Amino acid sequence: MTTEPDIVLSVRDLTVDFAQRQGSFRAVDSVSFDLRAGRTLGIVGESGSGKSVTARALMQLVDPPGRITGGSIRLGEIDIAQLPRRGEAIRAIRGADISMIFQEPMSSLSPVHTIGAQVMEVLELHLKLDRKAARARTIELLGQVEIPNPEQAIDRYAYEFSGGMRQRAMIAMALACNPRVLIADEPTTALDVTTQAEVLDLIGRIQRERGMAMILITHDMGVVAETVDDVAVMYRGQVVEAGPVDQIFHGATHPYTQRLLAATLKLEQPAERPLPVAGAGPILTVRNLGKTYQLGIGAFGGKAKGTLRAVDDVSLELRAGETLGIVGESGSGKTTLGRLILRTVEPTDGEVVYSPPGAPAVKVRGLDKAGLRNLYSEIRFIFQDPFASLNPRMTVRQIVGEPLLINRRGSAAEINTRVTELLELVGLDAGMMARYPHAFSGGQRQRIGIARALALDPKVLIADEPTSALDVSIRSQILDLLIELRARLGLSFIFISHDIGVIRYFCDRVAVMRRGRVVEVGDAQTICTSPSHPYTQALISAVPYPDPRRPRMQQRARYTETTV
Amino acid sequence: MSGAMSDEELSLPPPIIARAGSSAATAGQWRLMAWRFSRHKLAVVSLVVVVLLYLTGIFAEFLAPYSPETTRPQYTYAPPQGINLFAPTPDGGWTFNLHASGYDITVDTEAMRRTFTANPDKLIPLGLFVTGQPYKLFGLIDADIHLIGATDPKEVVYLLGSDRLGRDVLSRLIHGTRISMSIGLVGVVISLVLGVFFGGISGYYGGWLDSVIQRLIEVISAMPTIPLWMGLAAAIPLTWGPIDVYFTVTAIVSLLGWTSLAREVRGRFFSLRNEDFVTAARLDGAGEMRIIFRQMLPSMTSHILAMVTLAVPAMIIAETSLSFLGVGLKPPVVSWGVLLQDAQNLRAITSAPWLLFWPALFVMVAVLSFNFLGDGLRDAADPYDN
Repeated sequence: MTTEPDIVLSVRDLTVDFAQRQGSFRAVDSVSFDLRAGRTLGIVGESGSGKSVTARALMQLVDPPGRITGGSIRLGEIDIAQLPRRGEAIRAIRGADISMIFQEPMSSLSPVHTIGAQVMEVLELHLKLDRKAARARTIELLGQVEIPNPEQAIDRYAYEFSGGMRQRAMIAMALACNPRVLIADEPTTALDVTTQAEVLDLIGRIQRERGMAMILITHDMGVVAETVDDVAVMYRGQVVEAGPVDQIFHGATHPYTQRLLAATLKLEQPAERPLPVAGAGPILTVRNLGKTYQLGIGAFGGKAKGTLRAVDDVSLELRAGETLGIVGESGSGKTTLGRLILRTVEPTDGEVVYSPPGAPAVKVRGLDKAGLRNLYSEIRFIFQDPFASLNPRMTVRQIVGEPLLINRRGSAAEINTRVTELLELVGLDAGMMARYPHAFSGGQRQRIGIARALALDPKVLIADEPTSALDVSIRSQILDLLIELRARLGLSFIFISHDIGVIRYFCDRVAVMRRGRVVEVGDAQTICTSPSHPYTQALISAVPYPDPRRPRMQQRARYTETTV
Repeated sequence: MSGAMSDEELSLPPPIIARAGSSAATAGQWRLMAWRFSRHKLAVVSLVVVVLLYLTGIFAEFLAPYSPETTRPQYTYAPPQGINLFAPTPDGGWTFNLHASGYDITVDTEAMRRTFTANPDKLIPLGLFVTGQPYKLFGLIDADIHLIGATDPKEVVYLLGSDRLGRDVLSRLIHGTRISMSIGLVGVVISLVLGVFFGGISGYYGGWLDSVIQRLIEVISAMPTIPLWMGLAAAIPLTWGPIDVYFTVTAIVSLLGWTSLAREVRGRFFSLRNEDFVTAARLDGAGEMRIIFRQMLPSMTSHILAMVTLAVPAMIIAETSLSFLGVGLKPPVVSWGVLLQDAQNLRAITSAPWLLFWPALFVMVAVLSFNFLGDGLRDAADPYDN
């Protein structure tokens, strides 16, 4: 094997097996790649493709029953694949030569130690610095990762930091010993899109300054296009295609890569769909809706320490037959808004009016239990998490038939027929009725959830992030299904999402939320191409674009709060 | 891989929790639990032991060679005789002959005690399903067949030795199993009902009701059990039979013992209340009762079962220790605790250690089995957490 001087880490035929009751499961199958100083390799793949296991294997961090069963990981003269999982040898490499940034900054940081103590520990362990020197170096590192006021931040705890700040602290810790290789495993997946852009900027800048080799693991083709030099596409444990980023995006040869790109690019423009009827009246009107939470009420009652305005004076109008998107970052109140409309969370003020065509308008807040039950058969909800929203102890027939049973829609035989119809409507085989949810994939489960929502012939659907738990190729299938159902059944949608791509694909109009307020409402195409509010501009421009020739994030607009 | 893969093929196969194949797809929670439980070998063995112990309790009269009350003054503190399968034949060979070896008894008049020396030449032939003392099976059916015993009804065997009054320890252990394994269940059932009820409303409704119930639980948990038990045992009329007294006391104490179960149930309700599938049921139009009984309770029955299993050994230990202290069950009732109380003197420990050993072994085996069983059930209780 000829080694080029700039190759830092060389992986050949890496294989990881997980022992199971019968036989074993091959999570990583003969994966080979080289890492070069100053370059970033993006490992991209959907859930279960083996990308995270690959990354962990590089540091001998695969947990039993997983085990490296073949191949080599050459770091200079050392073959990491041959080192024991525990012991001096591998510990000397972890953190010092290779370090890692994890997806969940909250669970990766200790809650009982200060940020500074955790970074200092790395310095004291590996570089044998004394307390004073370690502290000085930590402050310097925190400054480098752009944490404001590093002298004060060093003595703070993880919970006092926002998600982005925590991830910066993690990066500082990973950088503490000047590693030659930095592995970032979905470093921004848990972050909002504007924070993601900043963290990716930071990682990129530090990597270039230090000339580190880096692996960026992600499922997001946009992030890949914006940040990496080379790409390896993983599918079922194998690297199916690898090459420079431009070649992957513009000359992909493997069908899986092509399909992944097609699914991603599909969500970059609006779907072909029927336009809403012009001049249709509102079917659902939200007026000055608000929700205030009292904070810090103790076990013995007493006065609240403060209040949180989760939703603040929101007024919206959903017209019959249209799809209204609600977009916002975490904490913007978009999910609470969805729940306030159906009163699963009780609003503190404001009003929701449901005005079905050909029937008197209903004030939702004035409804009693029977009235609410009627409303719930007209306005239905689709949940975000296809795993948590289906009772694992009920069969598909019971789950989809439950609303029919409760609302006494026919005999057992009629309900059975209706369940069959509904399953076929959402593209599932009716023969699967006797199965339990655990026998289905995420996408299939979401279809079951949609079938349940459609069971009572609703007029309005409120969908709360229905695709965010799904892989990109499944995501567009579910969206296409919803588009088709909307046309066939004449549904109106409120579609809540953090994902601009999904919103643009699916929605006619969009409301942008920030900190409980609606900052901008408008036509989806206008909002996505030429937003007028500076926050929306920052939000839209921070979304990574899946084409390395047209990076968008670098020229993004930044939004800083001037007046509250 | 071909280019003709469909999107569904390109996604991953659904996660199969237990065994692969079509049966897992239609397996309900109890079947998944059974699969998971069966992987926990120690728990499976414990389940068998627990079942055997209960069968022993149910068929005590049949399994025991003698009545636990039969006293034989000539056989006080007789040592265990043991069972032999083969006996020597006169021509020097061995033949199958189920027997116990007899004793030679000498009376030491000075120390006022009997000395038993084993005499291998004196064979007491044993048989299965032998006719012996009459009894009523389940208190109804007249019978006199015993699983094992001397074939000659006039002979006496003490397979595990005898006690101070010449009563058969094996028979007493078997009858004690009935009382010790069942009496705690009453307490557990009372705790279960109260715990699920109070924990349920506390967790489901929350708010001030929850606060009131939680404060109540804290007050109750602060009450010391053993002094209370002793006081109650003293306060109950002397005319009551010992088992009645014990039932009453157990019932009263379990009125205080439901608190930990209530807390667990409350916690389950709290976490389930915010589950999406419960919200989904509410949006399906389901009423409170339907949500509780169709969505929430089925999600925790397996956990409750595991908790109850773990609560039984505590009751067994409580019975044993209270009887040992003399405030629980009292003779003539036979339980493991009462048997241990018999071993509470120096003479028993020095010259008749089997009086201490066997009941203690039974208590340990029963408690350990319930604990392992409960652990296995608890691990298997949520087959969906993968």
